[in-house]
Amino acid sequence: MQQNSDKAFPNRAPTNGQLLSMFERMLTIRRFEERLGEDFHAGKLPGGVHLYIGQEAVAVGVCAHLDDRDRIASTHRGHGHFIAKGGDPAPMVAEIYGKRDGICGGMGGSMHVADVSKGILGANGIVAGGIPIAAGAALAAQLDGDGRVAVCFFGDGAANEGVLMESMNIAALWQLPLIFVCEHNGFSEFSPSDTVTAGKIRERARPFGLPAELVDGNDIVAVWRAADRAIDRARTGQGPSFIEAATYRIRGHLEAEAHFLSRSYRSEEEVERWRRNDPIDRLSRHLLSSEICSEAEIAAIEARIQNSVEEAAAFAERADLPDADRAPGLMFAGPAPGAA
Amino acid sequence: MARKRLIQAINEALHEEMARDPKVILFGEDVEISMFGDTAGLHDRFGPDRVRNTPISEASLTGMAVGAAAGGYRVVLHMMFANFLYTGFDAIANQMAKLRLMTGGQIELPITIVAGYGGGRSTAAQHSDTPYPLLMNLGGLNVAVPATPRDAKGLMKTAIRGRDPTVFLEAGGRGGESGEVPDEEYLTPFGEAAVGREGTDVTIVAIGSMVRPAMRAAKLLDGQGISAEVLDCRTLVPLDEDGILRSVAKTGRLVVVDEARDRCSAASHIAAVVAERGFGSLAAPIRRLTVPDTAMPYAPVAEKHLLPDREKIVGAVKVLMAGSAP
Repeated sequence: MQQNSDKAFPNRAPTNGQLLSMFERMLTIRRFEERLGEDFHAGKLPGGVHLYIGQEAVAVGVCAHLDDRDRIASTHRGHGHFIAKGGDPAPMVAEIYGKRDGICGGMGGSMHVADVSKGILGANGIVAGGIPIAAGAALAAQLDGDGRVAVCFFGDGAANEGVLMESMNIAALWQLPLIFVCEHNGFSEFSPSDTVTAGKIRERARPFGLPAELVDGNDIVAVWRAADRAIDRARTGQGPSFIEAATYRIRGHLEAEAHFLSRSYRSEEEVERWRRNDPIDRLSRHLLSSEICSEAEIAAIEARIQNSVEEAAAFAERADLPDADRAPGLMFAGPAPGAA
Repeated sequence: MARKRLIQAINEALHEEMARDPKVILFGEDVEISMFGDTAGLHDRFGPDRVRNTPISEASLTGMAVGAAAGGYRVVLHMMFANFLYTGFDAIANQMAKLRLMTGGQIELPITIVAGYGGGRSTAAQHSDTPYPLLMNLGGLNVAVPATPRDAKGLMKTAIRGRDPTVFLEAGGRGGESGEVPDEEYLTPFGEAAVGREGTDVTIVAIGSMVRPAMRAAKLLDGQGISAEVLDCRTLVPLDEDGILRSVAKTGRLVVVDEARDRCSAASHIAAVVAERGFGSLAAPIRRLTVPDTAMPYAPVAEKHLLPDREKIVGAVKVLMAGSAP
């Protein structure tokens, strides 16, 4: 681990209340995505979905430190980041249903869920596409000088895009309040990471002088603490950091893949091994064994979330379709000043 | 009114807009020293927060422009040569031109990308492209191509104050050309072609660097009894379709002069618009004068051979006049 030495770094741990609230957030992502998976296979969604199941601790552990003024850029696997950053799941689901009441009016879909008012600049269908956008948001934050930060979430696949190198260089050079969060989930689409990636991804940050650390991405406390350090550095003008979170993509690259892949790219044993390392199960065991909450309280949280999933799905199904001619009018914000 | 060089007019626009609005920031490669002169003095005047040199990292810079604009700033991104837009094209094509639609209109991206374009100076194939057809085709970008110092200043100010991304293309090597620039504050509207010269026999629609040879051709034709009207598009997105159609309705003939390569050029689009909406006005086939589908060569003689010029325009007009009813 590499750290700047000019300031003592916080060595805080999440409070019991924070753990409980993160548990609820993680479970919310899980249950909403399970429902989206079912809805996809039931033919209810017009487009595909890339599910975040198994990676929830990363988004939630990082976003726990952010507020609406901070900005994030996400990936094609973006539902988890959206919910973790405080996005309302109901209009997110309606968006994925392609409805008028979707958060983007049905114009973006699963790969582009965004709520700019919450600092969610959007999921992104271009691998690594969000990285420089977050860097630009970090530049804006630096110019504003009010302590806000930007976070880019990206996968191990994006670590092989050149724009990451460019953006790390600029972020380090200008000491931008930017946190690079690489979610190493084991796969670049259908290619196991070790077949396409040389070396260790976090090592790529070090030549730029970025503090870089590897954390267990399925351990919410480890993610929370690494994010706490990195975000504290960014908020106090000490520049960017890099977190590599080791996790695993339990579901496929996209839900539809079983219909077109001619062979498997991983073993059932491998998936099973990671299922036993589930971040939500780990946290719930910790909550119970540390007597932070009871089985009954967990059941109550579960029931509350199930209820909100049902409500959101009903809302999405009920919602109207967008006007068919909606898109052209959305390309430009308006005529330039002085236009006829 | 004072005579100013085109690059000086752009520089004035940048100074005025940065002074007017503290949210305007400018970055790009070597903008502090300013290779072309358009960003000269800005760093000294407005400081390193608002005007800064960047690494040669186009892929990141175009994406950062999106993020900084989403973060509330009005971004001027200087890309130096238009060919370098290709290096940074992902965020231009996939983010900048689409983010507003993808977010259902949640976002405004006031971004002005500045780049020099075009051939004629032996800068060879990788520094001579005219890429506005690609940009026009993306759908979410305004495209401004000023031909005169007056319009360069006014279009730049309009772009910076706008709510959407604009690519502002400076005709490479023409920065030294001078013209009258009003002393008072003004904006040049997008989507309104300028009538460079009125005429009755043929309409010559010209883009950017092609306006000057078109004006010279019109003058020469005038001496030969042919009255040519010259329209300067000024912006290609939005395009003044009605203005072009009005002129063709009057003259009945159209020549479009474009420095882009022929296939899917801006001229092709303009010709299609007139063929669809103004066919009844046409007394002769539409002629397009473009650059062949060729990379720009280095040797001046080979380069000149490809570029439309006064003689080629005069020749095209004469063929048109000879082949059609008076």
